[in-house]
Amino acid sequence: MAQDAAQGVTGRGFGRPGEAPGWVGYALLPLLNLLAALVLSGLVILVIGENPLDVLALLVTEAVGYPEAIGYTLYYTTSYIFTGLAVAIAFHCGLFNIGGEGQAYLGGLGAGLVGLALTGWPWPVAALGAVALSALFGAAWGAVPGWLQAKRGSHIVITTIMFNFIAAAIMTYLLVDVLIRPGSQSPETREFDPGVWLPTMDRALGWVGVAIPASPLNLSFLWALACCALFYVFLWRTRWGYEIRTVGRNERAAVYAGISPARNIILAMAISGALAGFVGVNEIMGVQHRILLNFTGGVGFVGIAVALMGRNHPVGIILAALLFGVLAQGGGQVSFEYPTVNRELVMVIQGLVILFAGALENLFKPRVEALFRRRSGGHDGGTAHG
Amino acid sequence: MDDALLVVLLLADATIRVATPLVLAAFAALYSERAGVVDIGLEGKMLAGAFFAAAVASSTGNPWLGLAAAVAASVALALVHGFACITHKGNQVVSGMAINILVAGLAPTLAYAWFRQGGQTPLLPGEARLPQVHLPGVAALSGIPILGPVYRELIDDANVLIWLTVLLVVATHWVFTRSRFGLRLRAVGENPSAVDTAGLSVTRLRYQAVIITGVLTGIAGAYLSTAHGAGFVRDMTAGKGYLALAALIFGKWRPWPTLFACLLFAFTDAVQVRLQGVPLPVVGVIPVQFIQMLPYVLTVLLLAGFVGRAVAPRASGVPYVKER
Repeated sequence: MAQDAAQGVTGRGFGRPGEAPGWVGYALLPLLNLLAALVLSGLVILVIGENPLDVLALLVTEAVGYPEAIGYTLYYTTSYIFTGLAVAIAFHCGLFNIGGEGQAYLGGLGAGLVGLALTGWPWPVAALGAVALSALFGAAWGAVPGWLQAKRGSHIVITTIMFNFIAAAIMTYLLVDVLIRPGSQSPETREFDPGVWLPTMDRALGWVGVAIPASPLNLSFLWALACCALFYVFLWRTRWGYEIRTVGRNERAAVYAGISPARNIILAMAISGALAGFVGVNEIMGVQHRILLNFTGGVGFVGIAVALMGRNHPVGIILAALLFGVLAQGGGQVSFEYPTVNRELVMVIQGLVILFAGALENLFKPRVEALFRRRSGGHDGGTAHG
Repeated sequence: MDDALLVVLLLADATIRVATPLVLAAFAALYSERAGVVDIGLEGKMLAGAFFAAAVASSTGNPWLGLAAAVAASVALALVHGFACITHKGNQVVSGMAINILVAGLAPTLAYAWFRQGGQTPLLPGEARLPQVHLPGVAALSGIPILGPVYRELIDDANVLIWLTVLLVVATHWVFTRSRFGLRLRAVGENPSAVDTAGLSVTRLRYQAVIITGVLTGIAGAYLSTAHGAGFVRDMTAGKGYLALAALIFGKWRPWPTLFACLLFAFTDAVQVRLQGVPLPVVGVIPVQFIQMLPYVLTVLLLAGFVGRAVAPRASGVPYVKER
């Protein structure tokens, strides 16, 4: 990527003498960026006339302060893990997938069709079917922009954005004119048969004798964690993953090595779409139990922030998804308590986190690294370059 | 015959009114991208412009102060983008996305806190909106067959910002083909190191470009809320920033084709509104959602079919690192 090149030129590669230890890049700098984003968010809260410290304290308490809240937070985290992984795998192929929103939306359609069709079947069958069909629908919605990028040279950022709008229009049409519950006014399908609902975590843990409070957290959380493991194995331990990363690093080198960029771009976008599609399993099969309008609510865009903060690595993505889960759950609760705060405040914080963690990731880097050079003594003071 | 002419004229009038913010935004991005800075944050800057224009116009009653506030807010965001992409060599797409999400949250948050009307600004009275330009001689020309109605429906009573946009198109053509500044901007988007070697500051030129982008997106936003509309409502840009970017790519980063692309998108939108619920031969009534997605499908098809491999400015999206 461009930043890597920039770092190469200015002589900040790994392993140089006087280089800051690894945890600085992976932990300290992201934390500093997060802190800067929170400070600015605090200023916004100040502008709308509330005390930032009170609001942030309430936000954290409402997100992790008691067991039920933690369940809600992890339920949001589940969706963010899926979209974070989706954005990350496209990133590894050098692609910027902004279409997670549309892919998740169609994934929900796939999961929902399974839920509608399999009345009377046991839930494990429905769960497997929902995973398969949501992956298929999401993958199709991701692969087409991938194909357009690979074969026709259409800008993937633009096409995925357009596909978000098209997905929204298609879903509105389906819910208003085709799938709507007969005799109903609101655009949503009938509720699925309770037998096919994906069990909530409290129910599932109840089977093994562990009691936790009820919350929307459901078994798809475990599937999200499994996807993280599969993601790691696929990307760093298989030939396909290696090819995708090679194309992302250097397309011309990939061609020289006999790797087809076009095939890998389409593959990466299909997997990306499938991962985003799993949001539908969590939302539709796990929580809503019907297909309804706008159930995605921006998860695709949050996935961008999650992938950036998580450095496109599954472990980082889990941690970043947790952070955004806290913001979503806590932020929603704050808007109930404070009359001047509405839900969009969460988007402000998200936007600032993306700005600082993604675009301004090098903001504190030179200063922090200089600090470490000074601390490690004078023997490496003048890093030789130029 | 006269009815047919009137339909065509009304369609053309609607096209121009819808095209204006698209043209402003697309030309805004033209400056930035020809200088090598990718900007998908048009949407956010327009939305910020729309909000601040309406908010200030509503509290002061003066639309011109609103316009100034819109430009100021949008330029501030453009400077953030510049700070991230030019000074800190950050990822340009990510920065643009961040600005879009930030403003999509910030505008309704501030609107809610200041006006307490569910994330909107109050409806603007006539004098707090940007005026139309009334031309002389409408009555005198009315009698002339084609010229009269064209003058009356299309040219007279156009908003002042529409005229500004016409001026902008001509000026931009001149800037990019004739002016020293424009040639330098083009050079910095193609080969920044050559510009640097010639003793010009790449950083300075790129900042100038993003500031122009900020000014124009601010005007586009003000048009939406204080000229075309009468107040700010949440998400009022509704993807226009992205469509403008698509128009720019479809126009291959050149002024006149970009203008044409904007007019085409605006025309589909104007037709779209008229087609809703109208039975068509053969296919019957098309569901409104399919008509509404026409511009987006058109964008995908055009980008896939006509443009093919669009050639972006060569240094576009790449931060410039001075040789050591």
